[in-house]
Amino acid sequence: MNQIINTIAGIGDMVLLVARSFSYIKTLPRQFPRFVDQCFNIGYKTMPIVTILCFFIGAALAQQSGYSMQNFGAKQFIGALVGLSLARELGPVMVAILVAGRVGSAITAELASMKVYQEVDALVTMNIPPERILVLPRIAAILVMMPVLTMIANLCGWFGGALICQYTPSISVDSQSYFAVLARFTHPKDIIDSLLKAEVFGLVVITICCYIGLNTKGGPREIGASLTKAVVLSLICILVLDTIINAILI
Amino acid sequence: MSSPQTATPFTGKTVGITVSHLTKKFEQTTVLHDINFEVKPGEIFCLMGPSGSGKTVILKHIVGLETPTSGSVHIGDYDASDPETRAKIHMAFVFQAGALFNSLSVYDNLALYPREHALGTEAQIRERVMYALSILSLEKAVNRMPSELSGGMKKRVAIARALVMEPQLLLYDEPTAELDPILSATISEIIATLREHTAVTSLVVTHDRALALSIADRVAIIMDGRIRTVGVPADIRNTNDPAIENFMNPVIDPKNPRFKQLEKDNE
Repeated sequence: MNQIINTIAGIGDMVLLVARSFSYIKTLPRQFPRFVDQCFNIGYKTMPIVTILCFFIGAALAQQSGYSMQNFGAKQFIGALVGLSLARELGPVMVAILVAGRVGSAITAELASMKVYQEVDALVTMNIPPERILVLPRIAAILVMMPVLTMIANLCGWFGGALICQYTPSISVDSQSYFAVLARFTHPKDIIDSLLKAEVFGLVVITICCYIGLNTKGGPREIGASLTKAVVLSLICILVLDTIINAILI
Repeated sequence: MSSPQTATPFTGKTVGITVSHLTKKFEQTTVLHDINFEVKPGEIFCLMGPSGSGKTVILKHIVGLETPTSGSVHIGDYDASDPETRAKIHMAFVFQAGALFNSLSVYDNLALYPREHALGTEAQIRERVMYALSILSLEKAVNRMPSELSGGMKKRVAIARALVMEPQLLLYDEPTAELDPILSATISEIIATLREHTAVTSLVVTHDRALALSIADRVAIIMDGRIRTVGVPADIRNTNDPAIENFMNPVIDPKNPRFKQLEKDNE
C-alpha cells in the first residue's frame, strides 16, 4: 500500500516539477546560451549513435522481412514495411531509449552530484529556483531536439533498408521501387504521430531523470543508484507509454 | 564590540534573527529541542557545540532549507520558512564544503547570482565580482575552476560568492573546518573585517574555539539539540558549567579514553 502511495506521490511531484519549470518560461530567452548548450548535448552529441543504430535497424528489418516476404512474393512491399515500422514504432522508441541511456543518465548523474554536494542547496539560498536553470533549459532542449533526432532516425533507417534491398542479391529490390512503395504507404500522419510520440517520450525521460537527480539523498553511492533508477524507470515508461499512445493513435 | 546598524557599501539594512521554541524531528528522532535565541542586527553570533548537536540544522532553518516541526524562525519581520523571504532579505550561506558550482569557473560562480537576478550590465557585474574577489585577495584565481583550488581558496571563493550577493545576513557553516591554524585565523579575520566593512549580521556555526572567542560578540553553546548557554565570550571562557568546560578545554587522557566512556553510555 505504501509503495502505491509513494508511486502516486512521485508522479504528482514530477508533474509539479514540470509545472514549476514551465512557470519560468519567460526567463528562457535570458537563458538562451544554457538552452543552446543543452541542445548541443542532447541533440548533436546523440546524433552519431542515432544515425548508426537506426541505419542498421532499417537494414536488419529489410534483410529479415525480405527473406520472409520473398517466400510469398511480396518483397516489393519491403519499403512499406520498413517505412511504417520505423515511422510508427522503431524510430521514436529507439531514439527515446538512446536518449534515456545517453542523455538521461548523464543528466541524473549531474543533478544528483549537484544535490549531494549541496550545489542545489546553494542555488536555493541564492533565491535561484533549480527548476529555472537546471530543468527548464533541458525540457526546452529535449522538446526541440526529439523531433529532429526522430526524423534523422527515420531517414537513416529508410536508407539502411534501401541499401540492403538494392545490394542483397536474394532481395534485389531497386531503391526507386523501394522508396516509391515507402512513400505510397507511409502517410504524413504516420510521420506526425512519430514526432508526437517522440515529444512525449522525451518529456517523460527528462522529467524522470531531473526529478530523480534532484531528489538524491546521501553520498556518491546514491548517485549511482539514482542513475540506475532513472534509466530503468525511463525505459519502462517509454514502453508502457508506447503501448498507450499506439492504442490512442491507431 | 560595536554593532553598526546600517550596511555600507552594500545595500540594504542589516537584519536580526529570532529563533523561538524551535523543535525539529526527523521521523522519530528529535534533533532540536525548544531552541530559543536572538541575533541582533550587525552582530557576529557564534553557535558552538559538539558534532551532531544540531548546529547546521539550525542554520538550514534560518536559510529556509528546513521547516520547523514546531516553533518559528524569523529574519527581521519575515518567517524564514516562507520561500518569499529569500526574495525580501539578502542572505548568503557559506557552506562547509563551499558548495561551489564545479562546472563553472570562479568568475562564473560569483557572477551567477547577479546575472540570474539581472543586477546590472555584464560590465557592472564584472566590477562587482572583481571587488568581492579583491576583498578576499583572489583576483588571480578568477579564471580557475573549483577543482583547481585548495581547500582554503575554496572557502574564500565561497565567502566571495556570498559577498557578491550584498547580504544583509551572512551564515557560515564551519568556515574553518579542515583548515590549518594559519588559514583558520585568516578566515576568522575575514569574517571580522567583513562585518566592519559591511555591517552585515553574521551567524557562524563552528567548533573552532579560537574563532568563536576572538571574533564573536556573543556565543551560544548547543549540546544534544538544546541551547546550554548564551553569553559574551568572557562568560563562556569563565563558565562553571562542567559540560561546557569539558567541551571548551578537553583533556586528552589516554588512560581513560572518551570513546570507552561513550561505549559504556551506549550500553
